[in-house]
Amino acid sequence: MDWFTDERDFKRLSRRSLLKLTPVVLVGAFAIPRLRDSLLEKGLAFSDWASSKWFRAGHAAPTYPDSELAPLTQFPLNSYDVDDPEIDLGSWTLKVSGEVQRPGEYTLAQIQGLPKVRQNTRHICVEGWDVIGRFGGARISEFLKLIGADRRARFLYFECADDYYESLDMATAMHPQSLLCYEMYDQPLTRGHGAPLRLSLPTKIGYKSAKYLTSLRVTNVLARKGYWEDQGYSSFYGL
Amino acid sequence: MRRGKPGTVIAFEAAKTRNLIRAAYEHPFAIRFCHWLNSVSLLILVASGLRIFMAFPSFGPKVPQKDFLHVPRSLTLGGWLGGALQWHFTFLWIYVATGIVYLGYHVLSGHYRQVLFTPRDLPGVWPMVRHYFFFGHKPRVTQPYNPLQKLAYTSATVLGVLSVLTGAVLYNPVQFSLLARLMGGFHWARVWHFAVMCGLVLFVVGHLIMVILHGWNNFVSMLTGWKKNPEYLP
Repeated sequence: MDWFTDERDFKRLSRRSLLKLTPVVLVGAFAIPRLRDSLLEKGLAFSDWASSKWFRAGHAAPTYPDSELAPLTQFPLNSYDVDDPEIDLGSWTLKVSGEVQRPGEYTLAQIQGLPKVRQNTRHICVEGWDVIGRFGGARISEFLKLIGADRRARFLYFECADDYYESLDMATAMHPQSLLCYEMYDQPLTRGHGAPLRLSLPTKIGYKSAKYLTSLRVTNVLARKGYWEDQGYSSFYGL
Repeated sequence: MRRGKPGTVIAFEAAKTRNLIRAAYEHPFAIRFCHWLNSVSLLILVASGLRIFMAFPSFGPKVPQKDFLHVPRSLTLGGWLGGALQWHFTFLWIYVATGIVYLGYHVLSGHYRQVLFTPRDLPGVWPMVRHYFFFGHKPRVTQPYNPLQKLAYTSATVLGVLSVLTGAVLYNPVQFSLLARLMGGFHWARVWHFAVMCGLVLFVVGHLIMVILHGWNNFVSMLTGWKKNPEYLP
């Protein structure tokens, strides 16, 4: 026995103990619609910040032997993606602007003239499925060199032939596995997979790998973050 | 007024009945605070997690997709995948933070000794199971946590740690590629994450049944820290 007291004293002791827990009730702020949205936005932003901190520029995403590839026919196309924007492949160019020394229109041949990288990497969809595919293309970093991009700029902003658009942080753009992808399974991109040019970003969640690219802006300011991001998805979402 | 430390036992006379009542300070503030905040976050993580799962309710390939199970909308949180992810990515931090404080407190204070399951507790598990599930006689209570409780709370803590590790692999399988490989890759990490969630839900159900069976005095001890006339006092 440590000490004797009376019942009133014990009740006071218990009450004080209980009151110290009241900060837990603050979680109730999430039940108030106006507060909830801004709190969840902050939570998501914090996750993005944390995951951008432990992103390692030199750390490669795993690559896989050909035997582990999913056949191209089993590489999923989300219903959204099959709305073919019907690009005229003959006259297609990538329009480059922003913090670059050589803005203008770049042809597919110019991009294909850069060293070609082929890699078997895992594409992970935010929905939860994943698939190992074979992607070929030019490193984004090489293309940034070609256009004389200012690498101190914070973002790359892409627009697509459909109403999709996407942003990418410079650190991920410079990652050696981040591709301007024009081939899948050693064949030119099919229309369903974003012909003639898409992104392939093994260190990002799937929706960052935009298809049907038409323009690239190197920029410090983003008016829009991305098709899904502007509806509430994570904007960094590194893997 | 003096403060309670874990293990403190005080005695007082009940004003009406004049009975002598002893009370033990079982749960220090840090543990109670983490317990409640962690419970809320676990509930939110499970509900939003189920909504995230419904975006692809399968553990197989996407093409062709075979659904594993459909969770009723009323059990989920977030409304749609993006909304559920916001809840998940917000409350995971509260869950992790309370988990770290909880574990840290146990280790630093030595409090873990009374709840950590060790091989010595093994012989005591079956008698408790017999008592709870098969109406066997009740083994003598000599310590705050009986062997079965220790097993349950220790397993739940291990599951809690695993839920964070499997979740980390799902969130950042490239940065945590070593962990991912240990779990058999991203694909399997998703299976483990789901299995660990099921384990935690089972624990919570069992825990709640026990809380109801043990009554108000026991429940209040997780609010105030004090338990009146605990059985284990000699």
